[in-house]
Amino acid sequence: MRKNGFARHALIETLHTVQSSFGYLDDDAIRFVAASLRVPLSQAYGVVTFYHYFSLKPPGKHTVTICAGTACYIKGADKLVAAAEKRLGIAQGQTTKDGQISLMTARCVGACSRAPVILSDGAVAGEVTAEQMLEQLERWAVE
Amino acid sequence: MTIEELEQIAESVRAENAKYDFEVNVCMDLACSSQGSEKLREALVKAVEASGKTVLVRRTGCMGPCSAGPLVRVDPEETLYRHVNADHAEQIVSSLGGEPVPALQCDLSEHFDKQVRVVLENAGHIDPEKIDDYIARDGYKALLTALVEMTPGGVIHRITESRLRGRGGGGYPTGLKWSTVAKASGDQKYVVCNGDEGDPGAFMDRSVMEGDPHRVIEGMAIAAYAVGANKGFIYVRAEYPVAVARLTTALREARRRGLLGSNIGGTTFSFDVEIRLGAGAFVCGEETALIASIEGRRGTPKPRPPYPAVSGLWGKPTLINNVETYANIAPIVRNGGKWFADMGSERSKGTKVFALTGKIANTGLVEVPMGIKLREIIEEIGGGVPDGHKFKAVQTGGPSGGCIPAEMLDTGVSYDALMAMGSIMGSGGMIVMDDTSCMVNVARFFIEFCMTESCGKCIPCRAGTAQMHTLLTRICDGAGTLEDLELLEDLCSTVREASLCGLGQTAPNPVLSTLKYFRNEYIDHIVHKRCLAGVCKIEAPAETPVEVLA
Repeated sequence: MRKNGFARHALIETLHTVQSSFGYLDDDAIRFVAASLRVPLSQAYGVVTFYHYFSLKPPGKHTVTICAGTACYIKGADKLVAAAEKRLGIAQGQTTKDGQISLMTARCVGACSRAPVILSDGAVAGEVTAEQMLEQLERWAVE
Repeated sequence: MTIEELEQIAESVRAENAKYDFEVNVCMDLACSSQGSEKLREALVKAVEASGKTVLVRRTGCMGPCSAGPLVRVDPEETLYRHVNADHAEQIVSSLGGEPVPALQCDLSEHFDKQVRVVLENAGHIDPEKIDDYIARDGYKALLTALVEMTPGGVIHRITESRLRGRGGGGYPTGLKWSTVAKASGDQKYVVCNGDEGDPGAFMDRSVMEGDPHRVIEGMAIAAYAVGANKGFIYVRAEYPVAVARLTTALREARRRGLLGSNIGGTTFSFDVEIRLGAGAFVCGEETALIASIEGRRGTPKPRPPYPAVSGLWGKPTLINNVETYANIAPIVRNGGKWFADMGSERSKGTKVFALTGKIANTGLVEVPMGIKLREIIEEIGGGVPDGHKFKAVQTGGPSGGCIPAEMLDTGVSYDALMAMGSIMGSGGMIVMDDTSCMVNVARFFIEFCMTESCGKCIPCRAGTAQMHTLLTRICDGAGTLEDLELLEDLCSTVREASLCGLGQTAPNPVLSTLKYFRNEYIDHIVHKRCLAGVCKIEAPAETPVEVLA
């Protein structure tokens, strides 16, 4: 906040910083940011819920993000999502009960030439098969 | 920094590079780096040290043919190696000065021959984190020339003369946009770079921002001089952390060299740029929504007029252009408007970068002159559809675009020709589909995308896309009727006519274009209860004969 001179228009920047430090945005964090930047809490909450990138729930220990861009879709990303959902027993956007793994989808990470693409804890892997992804999930489940 | 000083830097970098016998360029773009090109680079550096040869190992931006990555290019021979990993490092280094390594050599002459590189001229040749590399390739020369030798009006005249059109998708004449902002009254103006490449399946802007960030900054600075702005914003997607990091470095280096900040080039012109992060909202690619997002609000569009050129960021006149548009500016100022206008087709000038992906042999980034036939891009540059499958359609323009069938492939690429085919140029995603893709399913995919990305402000888009999605899902499940098709077409025209912004107005395009060119697939799903591509799971085949409406 200091970096942006507590400017009100730096709300999204500030929320990004908070989310990258804590992994998600809880009520206290949103309240604190809104008060510090002197923006109405409703505006801060409105911004958080409008943009997909912000999360109100804490992420799991590991996160697998499956790219759902067009190129990935054409190359079978939907099958990857289905396989992961089946293995983890959760829907996309959720975290397993033991808090180990979160399953996310992304709109497009821009690595379309290597579709289908997944992000394992942020690391990009291209031309992924369901087997490779499930192997990774097995490793994470016990870590 | 004066032009003479700039020349001195360029000279010293060239002299420094000339000390090396060879240059080994390693592509560090996302596709290559996700396959370990950083490890490869380290191995190359080690191998060079061990060999005692004088070799410069450089990290570069995207070289183009991503499907052959990780890529390494050895200069001055321009030998391109494909699928290189760290184990090959010694082999490559020991081959320097002798015969190239045949097993790794990559012959993509057909891929490169038809390409013309303007925007991507530096990609794969410079280290994006070193401003001096950019300066050595005539970087910032256009900016200083414009500041010292040209009037703002002169710059705008040159851009108008080039007949450059906005590369973000709409194709609005750039010169006209600039002169509108220049004429707008007000002492505070802004220039904004739209780097919110929301179109899924496109990554040109990411590659430009990551591989040649100074080119974008230089373009923005020239624009600021031309329209009379002193402050700029680059709006980048949060999904592109590398682009953000590279731009941050580039801005710092440009300030250090006095190419941004106060009194640039010893003139009275001052300009600086800030980065603003997006947060995952496709609608923010729309001008007015993007402005709202920069101001720290929800990204919902506003009715236009007033256009941002008159009342934009904080109510001030604002120039908004796309990354690729700005990337074209410096070469136009350097080489003249006529040089640019000589390339391309009648009403679409210059080149266009496309991200070629999907079911095609050579995926990656290509830059082609406007007017080139789609067939040349797909069959020659792209190498055709692999694995013996048959080409079905190419999708351009992302969720706002359409699917173009095989029989239209001989059309030349231009804003107007694509529009006439029911698609749009868009930002430049080009996704090839083969006979394993179901066009009804693809239409549903795009409508689902637009439905989730609709900001919800206006009803035609918010409710219309949801209803279209329901109808398409029903057809995909084999439960659709022929009346549904009529309803779908009706809805398409309502959403197109009545939506507030570009997202809604163009959302029906994927449906309309598939209905136009692949109507038989819809009929197959509805009447024959089958999906020939085998994508849709139609469980109960039609047992009772379906009543076909007249």
